[in-house]
Amino acid sequence: MPLEPGASTVPVNEDGSAVRETVVNLGPSHPSTHGVCRVIAHLDGEIVTRAELVIGYLHRGIEKMAEHRTYLQIMPLTDRLDYVGSMYANWAYCQAVEDLAGIVVPERAEYLRIITCELQRIASHMMSVGSTGNDAGATTLFVYAFWVREQVLTLFERLCGSRLTYNYVRPGGVSFDTPDDAWIDEVRAFCKAALPRFNEIDRLFFGNVITKGRTKGVGVLSAEDAINASVTGPSLRASGVDFDLRRDEPYSLYDRFSFNVVVGENGDVFDRARCRLLECYESVRLIQLALDQMEPGRVKAEAVSRLIAPPVGETYKTLESARGTLGVFLASDGGVRPWRMKVRSPAFSNLGIVGPLCKGYTISDLIMILGSFDPVFGEVDR
Amino acid sequence: MTAFWQGAAYGLGAGIIVGVGTIFGVWGERKVAGRIQKRYGPNTAPVFGIVQLVYDLVKLLTKEDIHPTQAKRGIFNIAPLFLTTPIIASLVVIPFAAGWAPLDSSIGILFFLAVPSISVLGVLLAGWSQGNTYASLGGLRGAAQMVSYEVPRSLAVLSVVMLAGTLQPTRFVSEWRIWWLPLTFIAFVVYFIASIAELNRGPFDLAECDSELVGGYFTDYSGIRWAMFMMSEYGGLVATTLFGSVIFLGAGWPFTGALGVLVLILKTVLLVVLFMWAKWTFPRMRPDQLMSTAWKVLTPMALVQILIIGLVIPWL
Repeated sequence: MPLEPGASTVPVNEDGSAVRETVVNLGPSHPSTHGVCRVIAHLDGEIVTRAELVIGYLHRGIEKMAEHRTYLQIMPLTDRLDYVGSMYANWAYCQAVEDLAGIVVPERAEYLRIITCELQRIASHMMSVGSTGNDAGATTLFVYAFWVREQVLTLFERLCGSRLTYNYVRPGGVSFDTPDDAWIDEVRAFCKAALPRFNEIDRLFFGNVITKGRTKGVGVLSAEDAINASVTGPSLRASGVDFDLRRDEPYSLYDRFSFNVVVGENGDVFDRARCRLLECYESVRLIQLALDQMEPGRVKAEAVSRLIAPPVGETYKTLESARGTLGVFLASDGGVRPWRMKVRSPAFSNLGIVGPLCKGYTISDLIMILGSFDPVFGEVDR
Repeated sequence: MTAFWQGAAYGLGAGIIVGVGTIFGVWGERKVAGRIQKRYGPNTAPVFGIVQLVYDLVKLLTKEDIHPTQAKRGIFNIAPLFLTTPIIASLVVIPFAAGWAPLDSSIGILFFLAVPSISVLGVLLAGWSQGNTYASLGGLRGAAQMVSYEVPRSLAVLSVVMLAGTLQPTRFVSEWRIWWLPLTFIAFVVYFIASIAELNRGPFDLAECDSELVGGYFTDYSGIRWAMFMMSEYGGLVATTLFGSVIFLGAGWPFTGALGVLVLILKTVLLVVLFMWAKWTFPRMRPDQLMSTAWKVLTPMALVQILIIGLVIPWL
C-alpha cells in the first residue's frame, strides 16, 4: 500500500502507542553523518523529541580477524580502524605488542612517532573542523581546512608512501626513517605555513556571528555528564575537564615536552569545534620541539622477529588520539597470534551521549551535535 | 489576438533571458566559488568552461523521468512550473532601457513584488507531493521563510517608491536621482538580505540545505524537472538583481540608450557576484534564527527607512 506523503515506516513508540511526531530517517548514507551512521529522529515540528543512533554498518570484524593473524599481519588492519587518523591505531596497537613482547623502542623512533602523530592530529582535527563548517553550510571552510590536511598527507606520502593507511608505526619502531633531511625542513616549513591558516579558519568561521548563533549554547554537555558517559578527548576537554593522557599519563617521550592542554568552558558545539582548532596550535609547537630534540639513530629495535611470539599474558595500553583515549587490549597465549584483541575506541564511547544530547534541539542542531563529536565509523564499528 | 502574440513574444524573450541567465549563473557561481576557495572552477570545457553547462543540460534533458512511488504524480509533475513561470513572468515589467519596459504597467513595481511570490506555492507543492520527509520539511521551511521575507522586502521597495511617487517602472527610472543612493541605503541592505532568503540561497538556504535535508524540497526530483528548479533559482537571481539595480542603483544611470543597458547589466552582474560572495562565505542560519531575523531585525530596519524618507519628503 502506498504511504501517505510525510508518513513514516516505523510509526510505533516503545509502549506500542502510535507515534504522533514526524519520523525522519537520516542515513546510513546521509551526507552529514560523517560515515555510515543512521539516526532515527522523531520530530515535533523542527524539534527533536527522540534521536536513536543505529550503528554497525561498517562492521568488518577486525577484532575477530586479528585472532587469526600474526602480530605483524594485524598492522594493516589497525590502519582501517580510524581511517582519518591511522597513525594512532598503529601506535596504540604497537604499544600493546611492545609491552607484551618486551620490545624496547629506539629514541629516534619515538620522536618520529610523536611527530607523525601530532601531524596526524592536525590532519584529523582539520577534517573535523572543516566538516563542522560543512554541516553549518560553510563549504569554503571545509576547503580551507583541507588545504592544511593535504599538506600533512603530502608529508606522509613522502615519509611512508601512503596518504591514508600508513602502516608506519611498527612493533619495535617505525617502518622508515625520514627520507632525507629535506623532509624535516618541509615539516618545519609546514609548521610555519599552517599557523596563518589556523588563524584564517578561526576568523572566518569561529569569529562569524552566524556561526556563534548556530553553535553557542547548542548541545551543551556538562562536565559531570561527559565523565559519566566516558567521553574523552577534545569533546571532554571542551566541557571543562582538564584531562589529557599525553600530560597526565605520559607515554612514549611526551614527558619531555611542555605544552598546554586546551580546555573549553561551556561544552557546546562551538567549544568542541574550537578546542580542536586550538589543539592544532599546540600540536605545531610539539612538532617543532620534537624536531629540535631529535637525534640521528636507529628507527627500529634490533632483532625483532617477524614472527613475534610474546609470553603468556595480557596488556592494555592507551594513548591520546585525535578523538580521545584510544586503548588496545591484547591477550597472548604464547603463540604467534594474539588470543584476543579488543580496541577501546574513543569515537564509539563518545557517540553514546549524542542521542540523549540532541533531545530538545532542532534537526539542524542534531547534525551539528553529531558532527561536533567527530565520529569516524571505521573506529566505531570496527 | 495581437495581445496574445505580444504576450507570447515577451514570454519567449523573458524565458531566453532566464535560460541564458541560468547558464551564465551556474558557470559564474562555480567560478566565483572556485576563486573564493582557492581553486579554479570549471576550466576544461571550451570557452572558459561555459560549454560545461551545455553538456550538463543535454545530460539532464536525456535522463530518465523518474517518479517516486510515494509521489502524488500530477502535482509532482507540475510543481516545478509553479516556480519557474512566475519568475519568467515577473521579468516583463523590468525597464531594460530608459523609457522602455516590455509591459509598461502603471503598477509594474507592485507586479514585480507580487508575481514571484506565487513560487511559494511551487515550493510547498513540490515538498508535499514527493511523499518524502526531507522534502516535506524543506517545503514547509521554504514557505515559512519566503512568506516572512516578503514583508521587509516589500517595505524596503515601498520606501523608495515613496520618494519617486510612482509605481510605473519607466517613470520611476526617470525620477531616480543619484542622492537617493545614500538616502535609501538601509532599504538597499534590507532588500539585499531579504532577497537572498526569498531566493533560498545561502546563507539562508534552509529549504534545500544539503547537510540536513539532502536536497530539501526537491530531494526526489531528477532530470529536466530538477533543471527547472535550478532555472528558477538562477532566473530568480537574475530577476531580483535586475530589479534591485533598477530600484536602488538607478538602472542605466548616468547613461541612456544602449550604453544605459550595458551599465544596467554591469550593475546586475555586480549584485549577482555579491550574492554569490555571501553564499560562499557565511554558514547557514537555523530556521528559528532566520525567522527572528526577518521579524525582529529586517522589518524594523525597513520601517525606520520609511520613517526617514517620510521625514525627508516634505523638505523636497
